[in-house]
Amino acid sequence: MAVKTATGAPAPLPGAGAAASPAKTGFRAWLNKRLPVDEFIASQLTGYYAPKNFNLWYFFGSLALLVLVVQLVSGMFLTMFYKPGEHTSFDSVEYIMREVDYGWLIRYLHSTGASAFFVVVYLHMYRALLYGSYRRPRELLWLFGMLVYLALMAEAFMGYVLPWGNMSFWGAQVIVNLFSAIPGVGPALVIWIRGDYGIADATLTRFFALHVAVLPLALLLLVMLHLVALRQTGSNNPDGIEIKEKLGADGKPLDGISFHPYYTVKDVVGVGVFFVLFAIVVFFVPTLGGLFLEAPNFEPANPLSTPEHIAPAWYFTPYYAILRAVPDKGLGALLLLLSVAAYLFLPWLDRSPVKSIRYKGWMSRTALTLFTVSFVALGYLGLQPAEGLYVVLARIFALIYFLFFIGMPFYTRFEKVKPVPERVTYHAH
Amino acid sequence: MADHAVVADDEVDLSRRKFLTRATIATGAVGAAFAAVPFLESWSPSERTRAEGAPAELDLAKLEPGQMTTLVWRRSPIYVVRRTPDMVTRIAGHDDQLKDPTSQYSEQPPYAKNPLRARTPEILVLVGTCTHLGCLPKQRFDKGELYPSWPGGFFCPCHGSRFDLAGRVFDGSPASINLQVPPYSYPNARTLLVGADEKGAA
Repeated sequence: MAVKTATGAPAPLPGAGAAASPAKTGFRAWLNKRLPVDEFIASQLTGYYAPKNFNLWYFFGSLALLVLVVQLVSGMFLTMFYKPGEHTSFDSVEYIMREVDYGWLIRYLHSTGASAFFVVVYLHMYRALLYGSYRRPRELLWLFGMLVYLALMAEAFMGYVLPWGNMSFWGAQVIVNLFSAIPGVGPALVIWIRGDYGIADATLTRFFALHVAVLPLALLLLVMLHLVALRQTGSNNPDGIEIKEKLGADGKPLDGISFHPYYTVKDVVGVGVFFVLFAIVVFFVPTLGGLFLEAPNFEPANPLSTPEHIAPAWYFTPYYAILRAVPDKGLGALLLLLSVAAYLFLPWLDRSPVKSIRYKGWMSRTALTLFTVSFVALGYLGLQPAEGLYVVLARIFALIYFLFFIGMPFYTRFEKVKPVPERVTYHAH
Repeated sequence: MADHAVVADDEVDLSRRKFLTRATIATGAVGAAFAAVPFLESWSPSERTRAEGAPAELDLAKLEPGQMTTLVWRRSPIYVVRRTPDMVTRIAGHDDQLKDPTSQYSEQPPYAKNPLRARTPEILVLVGTCTHLGCLPKQRFDKGELYPSWPGGFFCPCHGSRFDLAGRVFDGSPASINLQVPPYSYPNARTLLVGADEKGAA
């Protein structure tokens, strides 16, 4: 599967045509007979055509992959010093922070990486909301992405428990107890998850195993499926046009450019900017005012003392605000579940004839704006105590949050949309 | 299935092959399900954990009237309150503000399914974890401590659930049911045993 360079396609850059003339002799030829290196590069990188009109929103997929690598590397090193156990966890984290050479750096890379993961993943998901990237034929791509997000939430939650600070303990208590809302099996299920009558050593050690082995493997598998599904359908773009429908004489999309070197080079710039911001947090504000690392977690877990105010890490607070807005345990837990699961149904809720927000009508634009405001507001409210005006506001925003999904089949179908251009909107730089 | 004798040597009996494939898959799936049992069972509380869940004892003579103490049974904090006669009177009179005044839907042994939710009016024994999401409700025993009409009780700082001096939940709390009462008994006049009653150890 060699790349053919023909008229209409961009001029080949050095490296781009490497696979066009496979070496017949030497090490490379020896290698390719045994491992399809050149074929892989040609089919997945130089011969993979992506729309030429990508904008800033298209940095976050590759950045998510980058953060995954940061987390895997820093996490592997943390396991060399961390000792799971109710009497050892907290002390071993302090040991890493104070006595292991550069231990503080490795730990802050990992804790900042967790938040950075959610920053880029949320922006990545928001891009899909903007441009309808979840629409046919990319439903499975979206579902695999959502499974990555769910696995990531489980991974982050269990990682948060491992330092065995007081917020770790009580966070685990609150989240695991959510399962007791399941009618019938709930209480027995909670004891089974904990392996004890309360959050205990057994809970901590199994969370450790899930956090360092089971979930990372699941994440890697899901990310791979996400990428394979992406290669099958090709990327969407800000115009929501299928570039595969307009092919040049050479059979390549007229509005596509090869992923390598064009987008690899572009993504490297994104990596540079990302690492600058990342380093600022790691070196100067690793706790980010309690958002990335909460103060009560610098105290050891104490089963007989609830922190005055329990809030999860910032990336869970929108859902947490919805949970607390409901004055009934079972219903609160159900709405929490629905608020996360709602995204899974997006490909079938959106009935618009166009994909991108650029060509959708005023109703879709208003709905998305209100949803964005609600999500951010719920995120803020989830960090505040559950009392008075905060609860009232959380109920209002929770209602808007769900109306965005429930109303989608209606407002997307009946609104007036703008005509979609034949070719992607693109201004040469 | 087709009769074996009439099938020619070079013909493949597809229905027979399909049946065998499906039977093999089904048998394998049943085997895999059984093989999963030990792994899933390993997550249950271990022998040691179960042994450590033995009943907890408290010397009631050390508890002053109006005072609360916390002991630990099965990793749960157990609140023991010696209610004064005044506290007992403050349990009545607000049934209309409660979600479950008669403890119909709440969890307690039969001997605590009464308005005072206890074997004797004086001693209140509760599992000190909020029935919402397991935080520890704080003691707010004084009349009017939270707001003027507050009759005294417990307040959960996490999500704002409120309970009266019998652990019954007030309307407008995220918790749906009253604070749980553990099984307990009095082996003698001054000893409280949490986790064991006439039915034996829980």
